[in-house]
Amino acid sequence: MSEIDEIVGEFLVESYENLDRYDEDLLALERDPGDPEVLSSIFRTIHTVKGTAGFFAFDRLGDLAHVAESLLGRLREGELEVNEEIASALLVTGDTLRRMLGVIEATGEEGDEDVSELTETLKRLHAGEEDAPEEDASDAVEEPVAEDETDGPDCDDPSLDQPIPSERAGNGGDGVHPKLGEVLIGEGETTPEAVALAAHEQDLGDDRRIGEILVDHGQTTTEAVDKAVETQGNDSGRNISDSSIRVDVGLLDELMNLVGELVLARNQIVQLVGEEQDSHYAGASQRLNLITTELQEGVMKTRMQPIGNVWNKLPRVVRDLSLSCGKQVKLVMEGQETELDKTIIEAIKDPLTHLVRNAVDHGIELPEQRVAAGKPEEGTLTLRAFHEGGQVNIEILDDGGGIDPQALKQKAIAKRVITAEQAATMTDREAVNLIFAAGFSTAEEVTSVSGRGVGMDVVRTNIERIGGTVDIQSEQGHGTACKVKIPLTLAIVPALMVTSGQSRFAIPQLSLIELVRLEGEEARTGIELVHGAPVHRLRGRLLPIVDLAGELGRGEAGERDNVNIVVLQADGQSFGLVVDAIQDTEEIVVKPLGSHLKDANLFSGATIMGDGRVALILDVLGIAERARVVTETTERSGSAEDLGDEILDERHVERRTLLLVGIGDDRRAAIALSDVERLEEFASSSIEFGNGREVVQYRDDILPLVRLADELGVGGYGMDVPENLDVVVNRVEGQMVGIVVGSILDIVEQDVDLRDGDEGRGVLGSAIIQGRVTDVVDIDAVVMRNDPARMGGYAGV
Amino acid sequence: MAAPIQYCTFTLAHLTFGIEVDRVQEVMRSRDLTEVPLANEVVEGLINLRGQIVTALDLRRRLQLPPRDADAPPPMNIVVRTASGELSLLVDAIGDVVDADEATFEGPPETLDGVARELITGTYKLEGRLLLVLDTERAVQLPALA
Repeated sequence: MSEIDEIVGEFLVESYENLDRYDEDLLALERDPGDPEVLSSIFRTIHTVKGTAGFFAFDRLGDLAHVAESLLGRLREGELEVNEEIASALLVTGDTLRRMLGVIEATGEEGDEDVSELTETLKRLHAGEEDAPEEDASDAVEEPVAEDETDGPDCDDPSLDQPIPSERAGNGGDGVHPKLGEVLIGEGETTPEAVALAAHEQDLGDDRRIGEILVDHGQTTTEAVDKAVETQGNDSGRNISDSSIRVDVGLLDELMNLVGELVLARNQIVQLVGEEQDSHYAGASQRLNLITTELQEGVMKTRMQPIGNVWNKLPRVVRDLSLSCGKQVKLVMEGQETELDKTIIEAIKDPLTHLVRNAVDHGIELPEQRVAAGKPEEGTLTLRAFHEGGQVNIEILDDGGGIDPQALKQKAIAKRVITAEQAATMTDREAVNLIFAAGFSTAEEVTSVSGRGVGMDVVRTNIERIGGTVDIQSEQGHGTACKVKIPLTLAIVPALMVTSGQSRFAIPQLSLIELVRLEGEEARTGIELVHGAPVHRLRGRLLPIVDLAGELGRGEAGERDNVNIVVLQADGQSFGLVVDAIQDTEEIVVKPLGSHLKDANLFSGATIMGDGRVALILDVLGIAERARVVTETTERSGSAEDLGDEILDERHVERRTLLLVGIGDDRRAAIALSDVERLEEFASSSIEFGNGREVVQYRDDILPLVRLADELGVGGYGMDVPENLDVVVNRVEGQMVGIVVGSILDIVEQDVDLRDGDEGRGVLGSAIIQGRVTDVVDIDAVVMRNDPARMGGYAGV
Repeated sequence: MAAPIQYCTFTLAHLTFGIEVDRVQEVMRSRDLTEVPLANEVVEGLINLRGQIVTALDLRRRLQLPPRDADAPPPMNIVVRTASGELSLLVDAIGDVVDADEATFEGPPETLDGVARELITGTYKLEGRLLLVLDTERAVQLPALA
């Protein structure tokens, strides 16, 4: 790279950075049009671009910057007021400059982008509120242009940027802070010519500071100089360049790789030393161990960037979008300094922008609707980021209309994403999260139900690809909160190691829910087939089962003595992955797969294990998709409805959550959990009698007791009175009743196939629960039989 | 004329091939391979090259040559730099580095057929044998799955 190229490169980097700030500044200016500091900053940015462009003879770039600078000059003089049109034109100028810089970066030369229209707009705005309307508008524009052209960018600007060598510029001229002369020019307190002249005097041996010279020349005031010195100080706080250096990301990636290797070498050494007895050796390896860990953490930190780097673009997005929808939106950002790995920052950029756009587009209502709902005209969109439990939380909160869960359910049923049965049992919160379901968001907007529009499933997929989760909570009429959780870094993740055949695989811990092991008889019967699809009943819920060996194309394994199921979550759906063996959890260094394996969507990467061998990392989402676990609900929805009906019709099976209790000598009964208020334990000695019945004092009230064993005709408390009584407190028609049971065993959720109901006996029927015949208690009947009037009388005291 | 091009030679079945020396990063003995299920059949697996994970391609399968004998010595790795990153090519045995004389260069031999012919740019007539020059960039592209 030649020296000139290098200088151009620096110019490009600097300009990009300045332009990023330029956007922010402009938006700030729009909020507070009079802020001189912000205006100066904007002016300086454009001025620097213009000056340097002139130096490299990028004339088109320089010309555009020049016209913009003229407009900004008038704003700074207070001759013009910032309005929306001016702000928009200046924002477009920033975009255009960026594009032009992009062309220079790519080709080394200026492109031939046509900027005449923009130039005209800027000139028109510049002339727009000319004090002297009688003057020809074009003259008014030409004048300042001509004025500058006499000395031309090439001679006027180097004189600005170069003439005050840092040693002499005194105040703050250490190459980090902006030069005092520039600040004064930026503030409009003096002219470039005066600064050049003063600098020239310094060159001739004048050892006064530049500010002093200017004051002596009558070119500025002492107050202005003092203020400028202060501004210099503030500016240095604004950019942290005095304590940081620019490092190529490629170099950091390389360092990261080397550290990964070092970690492996360290692991090997630690293993070897473990076998040796020599304590010197052990001590040295211990130190190596510690240093490596610290080095690893240090290198990881170098890749961390504040999330504000992504958020910077959002104020502009919100501004443009809210203008085009005719909404008023205030964007509040909290926790911009929260740091994330660079690769993750890149990966969440699009999903975040999408969520923010959605919040503005569909979340926040039009001003008139807001006023009608008694809210302020201006909606508030809050972005919040914070660390919690080794993860980064990002929340996008709006105070808009929220999401109507019922309307969403209707829509989801219409789109066959869920069945009517599923909808009926779905909580509002689950319903709201339907907007992430694949097949739910289509090109058709769902604004009519104040839901969110297109591609939310893509947002979720993208977030899950980097091991994150997304959840939506919405309160109708009050707003919506979208919560994204993502890992701090992708480079090193905790993973569970499993084996299938001879191979080892890593499963990122983030997708892991639990491990289930079926042994003996269960191993043969624990996995059942429903319409040919293997499932396992996990605490009463059907868990789809995927055989890893099968998915890997190695053929299904035959009968096994025991079955290891790794319960995973992908795309909001959990499924069980059957593996041969489950090993340890380990921190693994994730490495990308080469381009030859890009099609292998079962793997998200590879890692090197302690023994130096390579292990593949399973892509949980990829496996779920391949095994059709994830898309299954959508595809099956047509038939699932029939399937569901079929089961219900044929067997009268009902899913219930039941409290299992023991009564008498070894008998069991079940009470519907929905009837149960609390579980209590009373000392037998606390039983009193009231109105001929057993009662206890409970919460400043009298609780009548019913002995379940007596009710079911089981008898059998025997002669020995237990010290404590287990009591299930039920509430029937507003009155509390205590059911005395032998013991409280378990809570189960399962399909109950009732047989032989006998209401007179207080039993709804019997069912096989946990392999035992169990009576399901009819609480209402039991209570009624015990004279409702009198019992009500007690409870109502 | 131009300086003679140097080739790193290797054998596959009964054939001798050559790759430009400056494409070759290193040559290694056989390594522990991690098999990648469901990958293209040419992909033999992944190897750990000093902390970097490199894909190993079986050149025999790429060239549609008969599979290696079960009792043959394990294949050698030639790590080459390509447009798609570093890759390891599995070959039967490594030969010398030879200086090829431009004068002995000819097109691909007529006797070659099938895919091997497409992947060979030409032949140098060495003493007593032919050196087939492998088009590395094309050779590392995966054939469409059958």
